[in-house]
Amino acid sequence: MTMPDIRWYKFSSPQTFYPLAGTLAPWFAIAAAVFAVYGLYIGFFLAPTDFQQGEAYRIIFIHVPAAWMSMFLYLVMAGWAAVGLAWNTRLSSMMAIAIAPTGAMMTFIALWTGALWGKPMWGAWWVWDARLTSELILLFLYLGFMFLHAAIEDPRRADRAAAVIAIVGAINVPIIYFSVKWWNTLHQGASVNLTRSSTMASTMLWGMLIMSIAFWLYSIAVVLVRVRCVILERERNADWVKQLGART
Amino acid sequence: MSGVLDAMASVIARDLRIAMRRRADVMTSLIFFVIVVSLFPLGIGADPVLLRTLGPGVVWVAALLACMLALARLFANDHADGTLEQMVLAPQPLSMLVLAKTAAHWLTTGLPLVIIAPLLGLQFNLDAEALLILLASLLLGTPTLSLIGGIGAALTLGLRGGGALLALLVLPLYIPVLIFGAGAVEATAAALGAGAHLSILGALLLGTLVFAPWATALALRIAIE
Repeated sequence: MTMPDIRWYKFSSPQTFYPLAGTLAPWFAIAAAVFAVYGLYIGFFLAPTDFQQGEAYRIIFIHVPAAWMSMFLYLVMAGWAAVGLAWNTRLSSMMAIAIAPTGAMMTFIALWTGALWGKPMWGAWWVWDARLTSELILLFLYLGFMFLHAAIEDPRRADRAAAVIAIVGAINVPIIYFSVKWWNTLHQGASVNLTRSSTMASTMLWGMLIMSIAFWLYSIAVVLVRVRCVILERERNADWVKQLGART
Repeated sequence: MSGVLDAMASVIARDLRIAMRRRADVMTSLIFFVIVVSLFPLGIGADPVLLRTLGPGVVWVAALLACMLALARLFANDHADGTLEQMVLAPQPLSMLVLAKTAAHWLTTGLPLVIIAPLLGLQFNLDAEALLILLASLLLGTPTLSLIGGIGAALTLGLRGGGALLALLVLPLYIPVLIFGAGAVEATAAALGAGAHLSILGALLLGTLVFAPWATALALRIAIE
């Protein structure tokens, strides 16, 4: 059977993807650094002080991109895991397991900066708001995926089992979000309103968008580096990895 | 088609017979449930008003934990003696056999919890209407717990430290059931009516009834191959 000579299929093999990831990762890292510096400059120097929240609001330039990435990365992770489960493509499963730690870290950053923001704004480190609670549950889902994968010795079984829990989790994320939201409104009334004043200064918005791009680029760079490690570990008995080791 | 139903019926009958011969296993999770619920007044004080507020949540959290504790038994014995492999190889669809096993599991672990829960509710000063709603919410909710738990039990089959991992996998997925289960009783106490909560619990049950056996069968195939 001959593989069609399309670049996408070519790079779905760990052997060809490994050098490509190695080439791309530094560029994404550099771009991430540039965008982060620019975004932070906007955030700290150009964006005006919020008349309600003072200077403390500036944490949104970290908080909001991290929260976006935490949710988005879970979907990407579950998507790659599902592709790996359906078509038995090794690299897809490796991508999923490479994304998980970055996603968990983004979730943690979102929770942590949220707590730091909450203290001056609401006077409490933590409130049982729908978004906070579902973000916490998202962290548990990430950890479950990673720990299940780590608990299974055979990497193929680990990939497939973790894929099942990732898909089940992805289906549950909206259910959990809405149940927590309804619980919150039915339970104690909206004591905290997270929706900011509708007129947001455009520099703030720009700063947030630039920082989001920086977080995207950072995630891609880190995932590429990590997937290279996963590839080497999994394919250590393959000839091309042995040759790679012999050359260096 | 009757072949599938026959096979399901015989799986249920077999699992019930096994449970009857190991009554201690069934009793353990039930006693666990009672003990956990009884610990709360000792921990938080015996103020009747406080207990009435906390009662539904405490009973529901304890039911969640008791269901989860019993999950490890769902496939472990069949996995150890090779029965599970025969089920995977059987001509009947594995997901239907899994559904039958889950049903038997619920009958031996979930149903006893449901039956004894009103008694525990009395200890928390719940009134008659709240007890009735507690019963109804557990009746609708615990099958969902067994179905979702089956996925986790299949995924952690034969793993080291499977118990704690099972908790990490399954408990986050139990949260919606907990919210609407305990919420139903609280809504009754607040004279809001529990209809909406019970409807959502029913919807969750129907959704998992379709999806969970399929995912569990997939996870079992992964675990066994």
